[in-house]
Amino acid sequence: MKPVLLVDFGSTYTKVTAVDVEGEQLLGTAQSWTTVTTDINEGLNKALAILEEKTGKLEFTETYACSSAAGGLRMVTSGLVPELTSEAARMASLGAGAKLVGLYSYEMTEDDIEDIKELKPDIFLLCGGTDGGNKANILHNAEMLATMEPAFPIIIAGNRSCARSCQRILEAAGHTTFICDNVMPKLGTLSIDSTQSKIRDVFLGRIVSAKGLTKAASLMNDIVMPTPAAVLQAMTILAEGVDGEAGIGELVGVDVGGATTDVYSIADGMPTANNTVYKGLPEPYAKRTVEGDIGMRYSIHGIVEAAGLSRVAKMAGISEARVTELVDMLGNDTETLPGGNDELERLDKALASMAVETAVTRHAGKIEETYTMMGQTFVQSGKDLRGVTQIVVTGGSLIHTKDTAEIARYALADASHPESLRPLKAAVRTDRKYILAAMGLLSLHYPAAALRIMKKELEEDGYSE
Amino acid sequence: MKEHHDKKILVLGVIGADVHAVGNKILYHAFTDAGFQVENLGVMVSQEEFIAAAIETDADAIVISSLYGQGELDCVGMREKCDEAGLTGIPLLVGGNIVVGKQDFNEVEKRFKAMGFDRAFPPNTAPETTIEALHELLDDK
Repeated sequence: MKPVLLVDFGSTYTKVTAVDVEGEQLLGTAQSWTTVTTDINEGLNKALAILEEKTGKLEFTETYACSSAAGGLRMVTSGLVPELTSEAARMASLGAGAKLVGLYSYEMTEDDIEDIKELKPDIFLLCGGTDGGNKANILHNAEMLATMEPAFPIIIAGNRSCARSCQRILEAAGHTTFICDNVMPKLGTLSIDSTQSKIRDVFLGRIVSAKGLTKAASLMNDIVMPTPAAVLQAMTILAEGVDGEAGIGELVGVDVGGATTDVYSIADGMPTANNTVYKGLPEPYAKRTVEGDIGMRYSIHGIVEAAGLSRVAKMAGISEARVTELVDMLGNDTETLPGGNDELERLDKALASMAVETAVTRHAGKIEETYTMMGQTFVQSGKDLRGVTQIVVTGGSLIHTKDTAEIARYALADASHPESLRPLKAAVRTDRKYILAAMGLLSLHYPAAALRIMKKELEEDGYSE
Repeated sequence: MKEHHDKKILVLGVIGADVHAVGNKILYHAFTDAGFQVENLGVMVSQEEFIAAAIETDADAIVISSLYGQGELDCVGMREKCDEAGLTGIPLLVGGNIVVGKQDFNEVEKRFKAMGFDRAFPPNTAPETTIEALHELLDDK
């Protein structure tokens, strides 16, 4: 046996997962409160004690950790045109596991700079212009950032013709900068790998220690990535497979949390039919989006707003007045769990369903039918996920219920919204033991073991159409 | 990558609900061979997409094709939107079957010039004619 420990320092819970990489099996999982204000090892040690009660004493040979504690990896980005380089910057940050707290397009103003001071990002991503294209905008934004006291590293990933000029402007003002490949080197071409790997380096090198996450890091030899990046990594391995072991194929992943809902898709999604024209920036094969207004507790009001009070009330079988009352209560007492209360269980189920529907609809592409002189034509923007046949779900409200498959059904296409390119039918797999982030970490060194453990542990929860 | 520095940049596309892709490909190759850097948006391009692309690439000119007869409607307001977006004075060229039916092209050209287009070309214009016009508009700038 070769036990490896995987730790996820979440904003609320520190989750530990023990696996035997030789036997390729899960040994156990446990969690305790994250203790970021005192010493992060306190919560970790408690979680480990709980784990070892179940598994017995384990001598871990390796330990890997990810973190979304202390606010996660907070980023602000700037680009030129909202649909082009600003969008590319957004996709680069989210795919690297960041929490996007600000996004600017065109020329930043003095007021924007004041806002950025307040936002206190961990990293700023400065983009704009294709290679050889617009220089004026990114140079202006570099000048604006240079007026600030240096407070965060700045990644420059815009028009390569003036990357060095931006660097000189910023470094003259004392800022730390890194130059990466342009996120959109040519019109309609996304190139985010170099930026994403730099974001990860900066996260490792500076942010982990700056946030006090490695204070007395006796147990940890490495926090290697932000939690969402680990989950995206797990989803990618699960979909694609590794040498000698096939994955489950293209998938959509949904993580309904208390404050946000994250959606992942590991899928190509480009048009397959001849009469379909693609519009907009092509999206990354491994794509992550975050809905900041959709969550089961802190963002509970956002779900009701998106779905409509009457729909939530009807689904839960509770009067609108009572739903309003309960939603206010849950939004304040964010620790409340349904705990066998039938009314709360029905409400949580309705809310989770609507969270899934809203977040996946926003993540998926759209198709529009138009008639041209040449006949019927379709215009697609974003990813076509109709052919995806696997849905992976995680998050408390989805894994602590028997109704997972019913809730997950809301990730699928529905006849009343034919423009939304969500999966038509899919098998549902549930991350009952909360191991996705851990498997993402494990897959960095033991991809085959991570894949096989996921295939074994992600419970199939039926088939939805 | 040095090419970016000395080549003039063109944004090219077929405007409106027009899916004629062949002429667009021919123009792309002709302009590229003539030494331009061509950002080709393909078919069914809206005014906004032309403008967004021109901003991001710092384009020297926008070349619009229209083959399905509705080009005049599709082009209304293009110059004003360019002005609004900060693309002041960017050369706008248009060609193809840009109006409905057979009309006196002198009249058609007048109308497009009144809309702020620098050049309007009748059906069956050879790419060389447009390339010549581009040189007139862009050289020594």
